[in-house]
Amino acid sequence: MVKWTDFERATIQDIFSKIDYGVVGPAALSRCLIVYPWTQRYFGGFGNLYNAAAITSNPKVAAHGKVVIEGLEKAVKNMDDIKSTYKDLSVLHSEKLQVDPDNFNLLADCLTIVVASQMGAAFTPQVHAAFQKFLAVVVASLRKQYY
Amino acid sequence: MFFTGPCPSPAIKTSYVCAKHHSQTTSSGKMSLSAKDKETVKTFWAKISSSGDAIGADALSRMLVVYPQTKTYFSHWKDLSPGSAPVLKHGATVMGGVGEAVAKIDDLSAGLLSLSELHAFTLRVDPSNFKVLSHNILVVLALMFPTDFTPEVHVAMDKFLAAVARALSEKYR
Repeated sequence: MVKWTDFERATIQDIFSKIDYGVVGPAALSRCLIVYPWTQRYFGGFGNLYNAAAITSNPKVAAHGKVVIEGLEKAVKNMDDIKSTYKDLSVLHSEKLQVDPDNFNLLADCLTIVVASQMGAAFTPQVHAAFQKFLAVVVASLRKQYY
Repeated sequence: MFFTGPCPSPAIKTSYVCAKHHSQTTSSGKMSLSAKDKETVKTFWAKISSSGDAIGADALSRMLVVYPQTKTYFSHWKDLSPGSAPVLKHGATVMGGVGEAVAKIDDLSAGLLSLSELHAFTLRVDPSNFKVLSHNILVVLALMFPTDFTPEVHVAMDKFLAAVARALSEKYR
């Protein structure tokens, strides 16, 4: 069982209450597709992903970015049992979507960078550590059902 | 290179269009820096280099907090807390090295030879940590320069720091 300090709990709730899901989700996903272009392999049906400008303005990418961050909200609301909260999502990613789980870390890194750029100096080392710990638990839970 | 019509490889019989962005091959080969990457890095570096010390200090500070296993390399420091004297000094040293790498971007292996020997034989930092520090540098760039650190600049800087890490790892074995 993951142990969260009061600071970590408060930090995660605070971050997710302040960020605009419609901005951060799309920004993180499009950044991932641009910085790590091999991740585009999972989005063959999304149309034009040919260059950074196309990806950033692609409406399917934006819509899906929002889906991803709304999925993260489930973990924010159930921090004490992310593992069971994400059981079905884990099965979905491994059996249906067949996503290489190492890619979860790439998206997590892009999300960290987008949140950092939104928060500026408020993204202190301690806040940063709490955020990455949260994402690490999310990633581990998503990996859980892979076999 | 764009290929249209039958694939040059005899093993593939159907025609296809192979679209790849231009990439310059260097001796390191994989995911090497294109001319555009180098230009992007140099332009961005020119904007941010005056903040080099601050960037280094913040990146190092947060690396020690977010990845506590990295503290094992600094047991000889009295104070490992963010913004402490040894952290500030060393952050500046590290970013000085990054600046040197920008200047020698056309041949990182040759340009960073003595730094590579230092890391390989004296410091013996496990190379996995280069990726860790690079990530923290990118986070600091994002929070300090949110409008300039676009996805295009991000990918160029990520590739550049990875190339620097490769050059630093060269003498390890």
